[in-house]
Amino acid sequence: MSVEVITQVISALMLGVGGVFAMIGGIGLVRFPDVFTRLHAGSIADTLAPLLIIGGLILLVGFDLLTFKLLAILFFLLFTTPAASHATARAAIAAGLKPLGDDTRAQGDSSSNT
Amino acid sequence: MRYFISLTAILALLWLGLSGVYKPLILLLGALSVGLVVWLTERMEVLGAEHDPASFAWRLPRYWVWLIKEVIVANWTVARAVINPSRVQPVQLRVPITQRSPVGRVTYANSITLTPGTVTTRLKPGAAYLEVHALMPSTADDLRSGAMAERVNRLEGPG
Repeated sequence: MSVEVITQVISALMLGVGGVFAMIGGIGLVRFPDVFTRLHAGSIADTLAPLLIIGGLILLVGFDLLTFKLLAILFFLLFTTPAASHATARAAIAAGLKPLGDDTRAQGDSSSNT
Repeated sequence: MRYFISLTAILALLWLGLSGVYKPLILLLGALSVGLVVWLTERMEVLGAEHDPASFAWRLPRYWVWLIKEVIVANWTVARAVINPSRVQPVQLRVPITQRSPVGRVTYANSITLTPGTVTTRLKPGAAYLEVHALMPSTADDLRSGAMAERVNRLEGPG
């Protein structure tokens, strides 16, 4: 097998696995019980899925200017999604939603096994 | 002055990477737009230590590699929880802040949020702790171990 075929196979695998993880994130968004837990499911589709998909695309195009653009997309995505998640969480708290399992007041700083 | 140079260099690099057309006229327009943006940031008085694109510069790549590894591991944990939602047991916890600079604190809070399984729900200026929502006790314990705080401290550097 030539090197080209091998990179294409790896790239296809990364794209496929990335797509599967994006779907798992979407399923989690539906299955999880409240806003805060759903944020965690959403962050799968925000982190690992783009990492794998953009990694796979970079393998496909080889190393040129397009690589830089793809990396820029990944970079801005990874920088902005935490801000969005945090803003959503703050908004939910401001709207009066209580996270499930909120026991900070009772336990203080000590750890617990819930 | 340091901030001017780093901002100009990074904007120029970004422009060169996005453009791909290197003719004299286009390059001139690029230089003009970089100059315009730097002038605007100066006028808006937002240029400073907190907006320096080159802060942590040479320590950053190592941190990113470590963070991406952590993100992949955490993704696996959360993905398993999606397949089997009975694992979900949300915990709200407080994590002590050990970073000195505001940029370090925000980096820590953002890294926590970026890692699936933990979301920073509150970062008050001057507070000694972060409020974090964790999906499972295991993700909360990863955070309590302080490995990430340690890494961000190292990113801030000595001094």
